[in-house]
Amino acid sequence: MAHGPAKGFTRWLYTTNHKDIGSMYLWFSFAMFLLGGVFALVIRAELFEPGLQIVEPEFFNQMTTMHGLVMVFGAVMPAFVGLANWMIPMMVGAPDMALPRMNNWSFWILPFAFLIMVSTLFMEGGGPNFGWTFYAPLSTTYAPPSVTFFIFAVHIMGASSIMGAINIIATIFNMRAPGMTLMKMPLFVWTWLITAYLLIAVMPVLAGVVTMMLMDIHFGTSFFDAAGGGDPVLFQHVFWFFGHPEVYIMILPAFGIVSAIIPTFARKPLFGYSSMVYATASIAFLSFIVWAHHMFTVGMPIAGELFFMYATMLIAVPTGVKVFNWVTTMFRGSMTFETPMLFSIAFVILFTIGGFSGLMLAIAPADFQYHDTYFVVAHFHYVLVPGAIFSITAGVYYWLPKWCGNMYNETMGKTQFWLAFVGLNVTFFPMHFVGLAGMQRRVPDYNQFFADFNMISSCGAFLFGAAQIMLLYNVIATIRGGKKATAEVWDNPEGLEWTVASPAPYHTFATPPEVK
Amino acid sequence: MVNIINRLIAWLSIPALWLSLLLSSNQALAEGGRSTLNMPEGVTPVSIDVYGLHMEMFWWCVGIGVVVFSVMFYSMIVHRKANGAKAANFHESTSLEIVWTVVPIIILVAMAWPATTSLIKLYDTSESDVDIVITGYQWYWKYEYLDEEVSFFSRLSTPQEQIRNQAPKGEHYLLEVDEPLVIPVNKKVRFLVTSNDVIHAWWVPDLAVKRDAIPGYINESWARVERPGTYRGVCAELCGKDHGFMPVVVKAVPEDEYTAWLADRREQAEKIKALTSKTFTLDELMVQGEQVYAKACLACHGANGEGGVGKAIAGSPIATGDIAAHLDIVINGSKVNPAMAAYKETLSEVDTAAVLTYQRNAFGNNTGDVVQPIDILNFKQGK
Repeated sequence: MAHGPAKGFTRWLYTTNHKDIGSMYLWFSFAMFLLGGVFALVIRAELFEPGLQIVEPEFFNQMTTMHGLVMVFGAVMPAFVGLANWMIPMMVGAPDMALPRMNNWSFWILPFAFLIMVSTLFMEGGGPNFGWTFYAPLSTTYAPPSVTFFIFAVHIMGASSIMGAINIIATIFNMRAPGMTLMKMPLFVWTWLITAYLLIAVMPVLAGVVTMMLMDIHFGTSFFDAAGGGDPVLFQHVFWFFGHPEVYIMILPAFGIVSAIIPTFARKPLFGYSSMVYATASIAFLSFIVWAHHMFTVGMPIAGELFFMYATMLIAVPTGVKVFNWVTTMFRGSMTFETPMLFSIAFVILFTIGGFSGLMLAIAPADFQYHDTYFVVAHFHYVLVPGAIFSITAGVYYWLPKWCGNMYNETMGKTQFWLAFVGLNVTFFPMHFVGLAGMQRRVPDYNQFFADFNMISSCGAFLFGAAQIMLLYNVIATIRGGKKATAEVWDNPEGLEWTVASPAPYHTFATPPEVK
Repeated sequence: MVNIINRLIAWLSIPALWLSLLLSSNQALAEGGRSTLNMPEGVTPVSIDVYGLHMEMFWWCVGIGVVVFSVMFYSMIVHRKANGAKAANFHESTSLEIVWTVVPIIILVAMAWPATTSLIKLYDTSESDVDIVITGYQWYWKYEYLDEEVSFFSRLSTPQEQIRNQAPKGEHYLLEVDEPLVIPVNKKVRFLVTSNDVIHAWWVPDLAVKRDAIPGYINESWARVERPGTYRGVCAELCGKDHGFMPVVVKAVPEDEYTAWLADRREQAEKIKALTSKTFTLDELMVQGEQVYAKACLACHGANGEGGVGKAIAGSPIATGDIAAHLDIVINGSKVNPAMAAYKETLSEVDTAAVLTYQRNAFGNNTGDVVQPIDILNFKQGK
């Protein structure tokens, strides 16, 4: 027993093994991804045509809210933590995470948090219906009674994230193999280290803002109630001080993943490793001083508008450095296009397009037209879906043979990529158009003027959904069997994880490797 | 179904549409000269400025995109293993890193300059000719002309049958109101935006005005409309159930027409005041009450008083019990459920009397009670 997993359910309940916990995180996040996807399809089905057909406005608002919350906190963040659990110990040559029992705890509270949150949909008055940004006073004085459950669930998710972040920092600083200096760490480890600091910095802010809501709702305070001397705009400042770093929490580990994949399939070392590290750190720093660009229309003084506009535009510089580095890595390489590479290339292209619309949104006067329209929806889906979802998918295909010892079906992988790629663009590209033409966010119905592009978007969404079922099938089939993978899996990839056997033994690096 | 198939054909046109946006943003024009692909240029100096800024940013992005993606696609086509490409081994160049840090900064400065001047213009609300207070309510707007003694509410006028797909949708489906905001052309109109409940956002794309309506705050914005016409917008900030159903309609008219309209509004207000002292018959009140009910109550309480988001009116202890309690909840709102708003300001005395009478006699309530406008006035004044 000492050298292998326990049998049955207790293996998963009591496990302190980073690989087991990583797998649980990944399966949980995939389940949440499908659930959040179902919510999205309800939205797209209602928006297929003008008029109210399928759901009532009240329920529609619950769907947009739950879609956002589940995707952000349930799908993307746990998926990255899952990848971190699996890969960081193997990448730095550690036998496990530094704090294995806390690791178990930080995973196992998550399902309960989401059980509480999703159960609000069945409560009297319905679930949260105020958008994933839950602006007060819509989320306090005017909220359904279930908001208290939502607050409790957010607290649990925050606790889970903070514990995960502490664990990652402790692992990276204490468990590296001899010779693995900081500037020799793979970029995935670097980006996660910086992400973990962001998490520790901002998750308590989120906890603070929901606690203030709780006080307003139940204990008679007026933090956000103007009638009691409070300030509804304060909510937005506090929320976005969490919220903007949060969106980088969902993208920095993605940078790390593609920085591992592109060099492997270009057969050329990553261009500008150290500038990548500095760029990541700069982006993380800037993420703390741009929050109010989400609030250009709240009536800030002009000096505030200008500061947040300039700071936001600056983000384009380190982000540009990253894109140029990836492109230069590909330049004069010897490229092949296996599924992880396809997803990574699509990541670079589509994330850059999302970056362009981000730059446009940074221009405060123009933002008065873009703000709260489908243009914004298009923008953040272009950075988050190719950014987070594509990079996670790329990572899963890239490391799956290492995890289970079998090669996935390449043809099916490529087919899935093209379905997802076409589905994504058909869904989200037309949203730029309807947004610019004047369609606002978070509405269940619209004028016929916007009908064509909405119908196209809805079709794309169902296509994108179908592609994810294909991913599920491919992963399960690979776990159950398939061509045996070698230890290296790919053509001379870089990194300690490729020096252990495939599948990776239950315990790796019990004796630390020597890194030269 | 044919309609759906026709629209699905639009699928095939996606690449063409994308291209047409690239070639000329105004190529694909729908009826009324509006583009379904791009931001309207609008009718104020600020909106034209913002449009220019938007297009400038767009072309910068296209230019940068073409350069970056060209290098990328060139590598993907030429430097592939299948073509026998051998990988080089270079992996750093300080001079290259400096170049692609500095050049973007220069481009950003070039972008920031016009953006800053536009923003300063957009923020200059001084020296206005007309001042209008705009208050957001769940889910309609109130417009109040300062120093003109004119104020009124503006609600969605699209009938429920169109929303429920029981009638064909009109051209301005969901973008039409009972009382549009009327402003004079070529005058600087200042908007003072606030809210009575949750946060809303008053947005008219053609005016490039979008301001959050926040309880406890008064936000300022302005527009000088240069072309007479009707300009349509929406509430842009999620404000609850009917967020998608509280449009904004602005009618810009020549100044003399505007002055005449103001005088007319004042006269109407006088008439309504006079009606308050009149005594109505049950039938008169029932006819008007039905209309008021449809506008103010139906969305939550149901077409037959059966309830929905709100409680049922049919057989309700409030609508069949003590009149004073019924008056209190309609005029002051519910103390336990914020969704039941106070109608103190939003319904006139006549309308309130009519809708109360209607609720007490329709849906089988048949109390026979008649509530007169003067009762409402007395109640409001605490008599």
